[in-house]
Formats: sequence, structure tokens, C-alpha cells
Amino acid sequence: MYNAGKIIIGIVIFLALITAPFWYNFGKASTPPKLEIGTQEKQCVESKAFMQSSHMVLLDQWRDEVLRVGKRIYVNSAGKQYNMSLQNTCTKCHSSKTKFCDRCHTYLNVAPNCWDCHIAPKEQEKQAGRSDK
Amino acid sequence: MDETRRNFLKIAGLSVLGFGAKPVVDAVAGTGEPKFEKDPQALNGKRWAMVVNQKKCLNAKEGCKDCVLACNSAHNIPDFPNPKDEIKWIWQVKYENAFPGQENPYIDEYVKKSLKGLPFMVLCNHCDNPPCVRVCPVQATFRRPDGIVVMDYHRCIGCRFCMAACPYGARNLNWRDPRPFIKKENPEFPTRSRGVVEKCNFCSERLAVGKMPACVEACKDKALVFGDLEDPNSEVRELLRTQPSIQRKPQLGTRPQVYYIL
Ligand code: SF4
Ligand code: SF4
Repeated sequence: MYNAGKIIIGIVIFLALITAPFWYNFGKASTPPKLEIGTQEKQCVESKAFMQSSHMVLLDQWRDEVLRVGKRIYVNSAGKQYNMSLQNTCTKCHSSKTKFCDRCHTYLNVAPNCWDCHIAPKEQEKQAGRSDK
Repeated sequence: MDETRRNFLKIAGLSVLGFGAKPVVDAVAGTGEPKFEKDPQALNGKRWAMVVNQKKCLNAKEGCKDCVLACNSAHNIPDFPNPKDEIKWIWQVKYENAFPGQENPYIDEYVKKSLKGLPFMVLCNHCDNPPCVRVCPVQATFRRPDGIVVMDYHRCIGCRFCMAACPYGARNLNWRDPRPFIKKENPEFPTRSRGVVEKCNFCSERLAVGKMPACVEACKDKALVFGDLEDPNSEVRELLRTQPSIQRKPQLGTRPQVYYIL
């Protein structure tokens, strides 16, 4: 092989560069964001584990039931009833979008477009932003 | 060699089966299944419709816009400064624009003159044969079993086929983000986003909790009457039975369900 030394060095540098992000974060456990639920309520509409993994599925289901089937009341697995509404049910407890929804969505780099239409609960900063319009 | 491979395949097959079955077993083993129900207070109709008693509307106070204002604030309808961007769910037009093609050349001059320019309240007709529904490529617009033509704004891709199809101009596109142009937000109802078409929904969100449409409730002159056409004892049926009424552009075959009493 011609220029073996150079090629091997090149390969080593290439590998080092391409795996750099991995080495950079190696051993550091990334800290998941702290969420502020913003309510005294102990229990969400379903279990915490279910909500963490599947709230988006549940919300889609709610949307279709409300809009397409015309049913607006959700009876959860424990038999409790809720009005299926992001604006009128979820945000009554989760009263801070920035400290709850956004923190996790930003951390996971997902950008759901719920809030393009649904009105987020009023927070201090929000109000200031709106009043000068 | 052959023997081990055979065993390997057997075990692999079994474990795939096992993992595949897990969600099924989980679902069956789960406790109470969540259910969806209707609000017991909801107003249920088989064919919702509206009768606009235009006689009463014309006798109302000068420049009355109560129904429009009630609708606008209930549904977070933006007020764009440029009339080309206008969003409207219920609005006023002149007689000759609302009911083109009603006249013949021999109509009495007096009748012709007295109708010309009269203001009429118009809105989506919640057609029985809605062209907007037929053209929507993503079923964002659909007709409910109770006759209300509604939109699922989550799905609308803003293609505006429905605007081209609707012969009543009942639909508007949000050319711009409507949020900054909403005077006072109703926190209980969503807004729309840019690139989405919107129109009157016969207040389906209010019917679902037992309330009459916002415009009907707001009209102090009782010029807007809402009810179930399939119910022979309803007020709308009574009005249509006892008084002559017209519809907008019935010749197009859309079977509009907003009736006008002159
Ligand atoms: S009036 Fe227009 S938007 Fe309303 S149902 Fe008829 S065609 Fe569709
Ligand atoms: S603009 Fe939206 S509602 Fe209208 S036809 Fe296109 S997708 Fe359907």
C-alpha cells in the first residue's frame, strides 16, 4: 500500500471527527428537564406512565372523537369523566405551557403545532408580549 | 448443522410470536377500557337548519350587528384591516347579491326597487348536498349525520378547493396569521392558523353542551331561528309551514339549509 502512514492517520482523524459528538457527551448523563405541572391535582386523566408515553395518541383520539364523532366526554379507565379539550381541560391543570409542554418538547427536539391554534394558558410573559400589539 | 438451524428457527419463531402477542395480552388484561360519551345536555338534532326571519331583522335597530359580533367573539374571528383578507362566518349582503337570479324582466318596478339594496344576513348554508365536502381532498370538510357541515382545521391543507366549490362565498382563507388580529380572545375556543380555511360551524361546540348558536342567542329581535327540521313540532318547521320562504341559489342543487322569510 502506498502512503500507508498517511492514509491510516487520515482514517484515524476522520473517525475521531465523526465520533466527536459521541466522545464529547461520553459518560455525561443528560439531565432531562424538570417539568412544573402547576397543579395540586394528584392524578392526570390517565396514569403518569401512559401520559408520558402516549399523550399525543390520546390527544389525537380526543380530537377525532370530538370533531368527527361528536362525543366530548372522556371516561377514563377508572371511570372518571372529563371534557375532552386541550384548552378547557388539560391546561386547567398544566397551567404553564413554557414550563411544562415546551421544556420537554424542546429537550426532545419535537415541535408539535398545537399552539398555532389552541390558546395557551395565560402566563406573565405572554401577557406583556400581547399588550403592546 | 441442519438440526441446530432448525432449532434456531423454531426458537426465533416462538419468540417473535411471544413479543408480537404482548400488546394484545396487555390490552386484554388491562382494566377498564376508556370510553367516549356524549354530554347528556347536548342538543341532538337529525337535520339542523336555520330560518332567518328577515322581516324582523329589517325592523331591528339601525345598523344592528349583534349576531355578527356575538359570532366573532365566540369563535375568535380576526379583524383584518385589509378587506381582501376578511374572515367572516356570518355577515350582511345586499338582496341582489344574496339572491341573484330571482328576478324576471317583467317584475314590478316597485317590488324591484323596494328589494334592491336590502341587507340580508348570510352564513354557511350547511347544504344537504355540499360541494365543498365533495372537493376537499383530505376530508378536512365533512358533513355530520345531523347535517352540519364542519371543518377539521387540523387537517386542512389550505388548497382552497372548497372556496372555489362553495357558491355562497361562505369560506375564507387565513392568508395571514390571524392571532394578532383577534381583538379579544375567547379562551375556550381555538383560533385558526395561517393557511387554513374557515367558516361557520353552526356552533357545534355550543350545541354539544346544550346551548343554541351564539348568533341566535344574541339576536334580540328573534330574527334567527335554529332547530331540527326532522322534528315536526320544531319552531323552524312551524315557520316554514306557515310562511313562504326562499333559499339562496336553490337552482344549483346544493340544497341549502338556511331559509329566508321575506
Ligand atoms: S354554503 Fe358553502 S361552505 Fe357551506 S355547506 Fe354549502 S357549499 Fe359548503
Ligand atoms: S382548503 Fe382545506 S377544507 Fe378546503 S378543500 Fe382544501 S383541505 Fe379541504
